[in-house]
Amino acid sequence: MKKPMLPLLLGTTVMLANPAMAEDIKLGVLFGFTGPIESLTPPMAGAAELATKEVNDSGLLLDGSTVVLVQADSTCIDSGAATAAAERLVTSDKVAAIVGADCSGVTTAVLNNVAVPNDILMISPSATSPALAADTDNGLFFRTAPSDARQGELLALVLIERDIKTVAVSYTNNDYGKGFADAFTAAYEEAGGTATLVSPHDDGKADYSAEVSALSVAGGEVLVVLGYADQGGFGIMQGALDSGTFDTFAGGDGMHSKILIERLGDDLNVFGTVPWSVGLGAEKFDEYAAAAGKESDSSFVRETYDATALILLAMQKAGSAENAAGSVTDVANAPGEKIYPGELAKGLQILKDGGEIDYVGASDVELIGTGESAGSYREFENRDGSFETVRMLLAE
Amino acid sequence: MTDILNAFSHITSLLVIPGLAYASQLAFGALGVTLIFGVLRFSNFAHAEGMSLATMFCILITVWLQGASVSIAPLPTALIAMFLAIPLVALVFIGTDRALYKHFRAINAKPEVFMIVSAGIMLISNGVIRVVIGPEGQSFADGERFILTAREFREWTGLTEALVLKTSQLLSIVLALIAGGLLFWFLNRTQMGRSMRAYSDNRNLALLSGVDPNKIVWVTWILVAVLSVMGGVLFGLDKGYRPFVFQQMLLPMFAAAVVGGLGSPVGAVVGSMVVAFSELLLTFAWKKFLAYLLPTGLAPESLMQILATEYKFAISFLILVIVLLIKPTGLFGRATK
Repeated sequence: MKKPMLPLLLGTTVMLANPAMAEDIKLGVLFGFTGPIESLTPPMAGAAELATKEVNDSGLLLDGSTVVLVQADSTCIDSGAATAAAERLVTSDKVAAIVGADCSGVTTAVLNNVAVPNDILMISPSATSPALAADTDNGLFFRTAPSDARQGELLALVLIERDIKTVAVSYTNNDYGKGFADAFTAAYEEAGGTATLVSPHDDGKADYSAEVSALSVAGGEVLVVLGYADQGGFGIMQGALDSGTFDTFAGGDGMHSKILIERLGDDLNVFGTVPWSVGLGAEKFDEYAAAAGKESDSSFVRETYDATALILLAMQKAGSAENAAGSVTDVANAPGEKIYPGELAKGLQILKDGGEIDYVGASDVELIGTGESAGSYREFENRDGSFETVRMLLAE
Repeated sequence: MTDILNAFSHITSLLVIPGLAYASQLAFGALGVTLIFGVLRFSNFAHAEGMSLATMFCILITVWLQGASVSIAPLPTALIAMFLAIPLVALVFIGTDRALYKHFRAINAKPEVFMIVSAGIMLISNGVIRVVIGPEGQSFADGERFILTAREFREWTGLTEALVLKTSQLLSIVLALIAGGLLFWFLNRTQMGRSMRAYSDNRNLALLSGVDPNKIVWVTWILVAVLSVMGGVLFGLDKGYRPFVFQQMLLPMFAAAVVGGLGSPVGAVVGSMVVAFSELLLTFAWKKFLAYLLPTGLAPESLMQILATEYKFAISFLILVIVLLIKPTGLFGRATK
């Protein structure tokens, strides 16, 4: 194993020593290669390579430029380390754009400390915190993962359309739960519903009777549980069922788990929303990734492929590697020819000829709001012991 | 009249019964903590993990019993498993004592050293549990879950507010009463119990009177094993077993033991009641209760909670701080020299 390292090392040194050649475009890949999500990031990085290779093989990007990926470690949790890594990507590697970062916290830090000051485009495949939707990014930040806020709105819609007008809400006491609950409550009350009580629960607690009794006293037709099915969310549901105060529950992605049915019984009344990829894009990506020997069904792999592809297509549209940020929405949304995974060459050609494209990709990309994916969700419901799709909730 | 019955049923179902069940489960833990403190003279940080370990043994035996289709329905199978698990857990505790605490007793180590050793044992037990049963939750309750379900109660009485009683809640309360009674009988009425109390009161004097210290230590660990198995299993039956939830119980357990006075078994039981009911009473939403009792016009709009439920965990801390500031010996404790 010693020998192959040497050329690699030399290659890196040369890359660092020489300023990039005119036709080389560097792209930073800033993921948590160490830390809590280190098992997820290698397949994600693989998806970024897949998209890059596809573009390089076509030879169509900006008159035959080659894209080189430079990886850096975001650690997922250490904002200081992530900022330093991003700083290095920008100042010494001179990347034109960054695919990343991954976790919401480090993404916010990198965006504010590195991307905005240096005018660098960033597309995150996996940061879902609603806080990132704030419009302070100078149009430089996008994400191919939908925000939790979006799910909150959809869940509110589902409840309203089922004609449920009062609910009590219990959410897990962290960024995910809080963001989700805020978005849900705002959308639900705007649509005419009433949340009788919105209160947090802590995961891993010994006893939930106090929470359950407060929720029961507040009352409502349905108890909305925005937590985790194997944690406090389960404790709350069990307590509410046992005390006979609620018999119908609604939940988000964290509650979409077989555990609920296994432990609470087949006739449990539960419905809710969960991100769900279906359709042509997802199928095509599965085939394409399998053919290239890459993993396709790991978390955020589809979103990473799409983030990388969007950056490169936006560069083609803008006609330069530096000013791509303004073109991301153009290539991602209608009008134009639909581009699926494995068709990046076709997309590049159309853009080169001055045409329009509507990138669909692996995760059905449609950018809304301040540049986040609308995502596709399904409304699920327990029917005879398994979660069935009621309908798909797609971007309008 | 109906209103008063409704108010009564509401408060019994959501406050009194859960409170008594939680207090009973806490009492098992607090009694263990207080026994170890009284006899062996240290704060056992590994106590919560010990309970988790004990429950783990019990679950494994339950699964085996269920496989052999042994059942005492409508009661949960875990009740038989409990008796089989007690000797195993006692062996583990005594083994740990022989391997570690014995050495530190022999060299007359300070209580702080014991505390750190117990923290080490906590980490080791944690690892063992992770390897043996994994970090996920397990469900091992079988038999009839309810004695009184909400629907049945409403049909029988015609009241809006249901009174619910779970098998696990009744079992917790009844078994806590039995176990507590037996423990007090043992400590007050038997030769061994008297020796233990003598040893706890004044170690040197007890040794001079011919009390065998090894025997005392053994019996203490056996009692702790019984309490840990019962407490852990009843808690697991009531709330579902998750290996690391017991760690969250460590603080309420210690708070209960300290409120009652460390080393005092009666204190541990009273302390558990104080902690459990403070958590529930302070965070209880009184709106419905008041709405039933007050004249129509006066029914409150708000939930009438003293504290929001998210502050529940802080209550144990608060009780601990108040007791330590005002009466450090606790309600039933004696001043130490």
